[in-house]
Amino acid sequence: MNLSVNIAGTLFKNPVMVASGTFGSGKEYSEFVDLNKLGAVVTKGVASTPWPGNPTPRIAETYSGMLNAIGLQNPGIDVLIERDLKFLKDFDTRVIVNVCGKTTGEYLETVEKLTAADVDMLEINVSCPNVKEGAIAFGQNAKSLYDITKEVKKKAKQPIIMKLSPNVTDITEMALAAEAGGADALSLINTITAMKIDIHRRSFALANKTGGLSGPAIKPIAVRMVYQCAKMVKIPIIGIGGIANSDDAIEFILAGATAVQVGMMNFVTPTLTAEIIGGIGDYLKKYNVPDINDLIGAVS
Amino acid sequence: MRKVKTEGIVVSQNKITDVIFDIWIQTVIAKDAKAGQFVGVYPHDGTILLPRPLSICEVSPDKEKIRLVYRVAGKGTAEFADYQAGDKVLLLGVLGNGFPVNEADGKQVFLFGGGIGIPPLLYLAKTIARPDAVDIFLGYRDNAIFLAGELKAYGMVQIATEDGSIGTKGNVIDAACLSAKKADIIMACGPMPMLRAIKAYASERGIKAYLSLEERMACGVGACLGCVCKTTKADSNTNVHNARICTEGPVFEAGYVEL
Repeated sequence: MNLSVNIAGTLFKNPVMVASGTFGSGKEYSEFVDLNKLGAVVTKGVASTPWPGNPTPRIAETYSGMLNAIGLQNPGIDVLIERDLKFLKDFDTRVIVNVCGKTTGEYLETVEKLTAADVDMLEINVSCPNVKEGAIAFGQNAKSLYDITKEVKKKAKQPIIMKLSPNVTDITEMALAAEAGGADALSLINTITAMKIDIHRRSFALANKTGGLSGPAIKPIAVRMVYQCAKMVKIPIIGIGGIANSDDAIEFILAGATAVQVGMMNFVTPTLTAEIIGGIGDYLKKYNVPDINDLIGAVS
Repeated sequence: MRKVKTEGIVVSQNKITDVIFDIWIQTVIAKDAKAGQFVGVYPHDGTILLPRPLSICEVSPDKEKIRLVYRVAGKGTAEFADYQAGDKVLLLGVLGNGFPVNEADGKQVFLFGGGIGIPPLLYLAKTIARPDAVDIFLGYRDNAIFLAGELKAYGMVQIATEDGSIGTKGNVIDAACLSAKKADIIMACGPMPMLRAIKAYASERGIKAYLSLEERMACGVGACLGCVCKTTKADSNTNVHNARICTEGPVFEAGYVEL
């Protein structure tokens, strides 16, 4: 039984990763999960300089999900390289660094600093809805997305994954633009821009007013978008959106994802990634499927 | 002990006021829990997913049970209020840093608690265990008071109520200003306006103060960066002027945080 998948020439021992921003640098959850078991750890979005993020409250709960407006708080690329990547080096798992920025120059500065780092892939965040400049602005316009993909690809030593936003009219247009720009893979979806109002205080639940909706509530949207994009592009897709168990992970794979990322449900079940890996194995056994790759896009 | 998500068993539950409940839970988390630390309690209701951060009120002498005194504030805590002895309860813990109890050694201590910030003071006062050196100022909205009687065994309790129905009319600072004693160290937990006032009170008098903060949390373990507070210096973990309340806190030295 084979659980390993290949994305842009990088072999992952299984298709289960964590979604950027929901797993810290990996250390925070290493008390709960053996990181050696994971397909990959994807680190919290990092920029060329430290970012303080948004004011609090940054979190609001919603039905079967949550809103966040962290605003990409991060310690800056130098600390990530010096501290977080050193910590992760001791684990037998792939490391993907999520990169964010306000300008093309900032993305490139971070990517440049990572050229010499022990990192397997880069995930380029052009889809965070919670910062005013950069990020999603690059991901909501096909031309901008194409341009930044091309620039990053030129600079990056590692294969690049473009992380797409669902906050667009047609996500396949963005998928095609990223592919044309040279992306080695796509990951989708980032959170959905949303709002919650506290009716007792008559105020916004989040200081930022809007936030990104994640969790099981968005899973059917994510599955649909993965399916649509998988039909349009040739590069591999990593499915993200409310994955809460191995059934959900397999749903994304059947829709066309080569791998999946587990996001906010890590907060609910800190051992979830390990459980999903086990559950995928059980599914393959149950249906006598020798290779996880046989399931990719196998919905009919 | 490593942090764990674990199933506890409800030992007992009592309603103390209309909205305040008192639950004892048998759990492995009790073993290493310190005063000022907290647990995440997960509702069983699958539509509300995040753990509710609740402070530990005390730990049983055999270190096998924790006591939580909490306010019903929404759907999740309303579910907890229905739990009966024998029910299972999903916990994440033990979380946070706790109060620096050793810093109280040999000192005159003022403990301040406001509303649902009062429960962690019980375990704190019990751990300090020098009733003669501890003054406890408790602030409530009205006469629906709780834990004041129990706290009397561990220090001199003085009550302030907003409506003046019991004790000093006003807040805990008003009560403290009436006291003839002077604190060497302050530890406090309560709503933000109270903590701001205590920070100012301590600063004016040159008293070291430790404040337990709260904020909306998601993960509870330092991963999501949802529950930060502003800090006066760059935090060593985040490398910005933000510290994670769930991990570096919830207890901070007053001078380190901007409230």
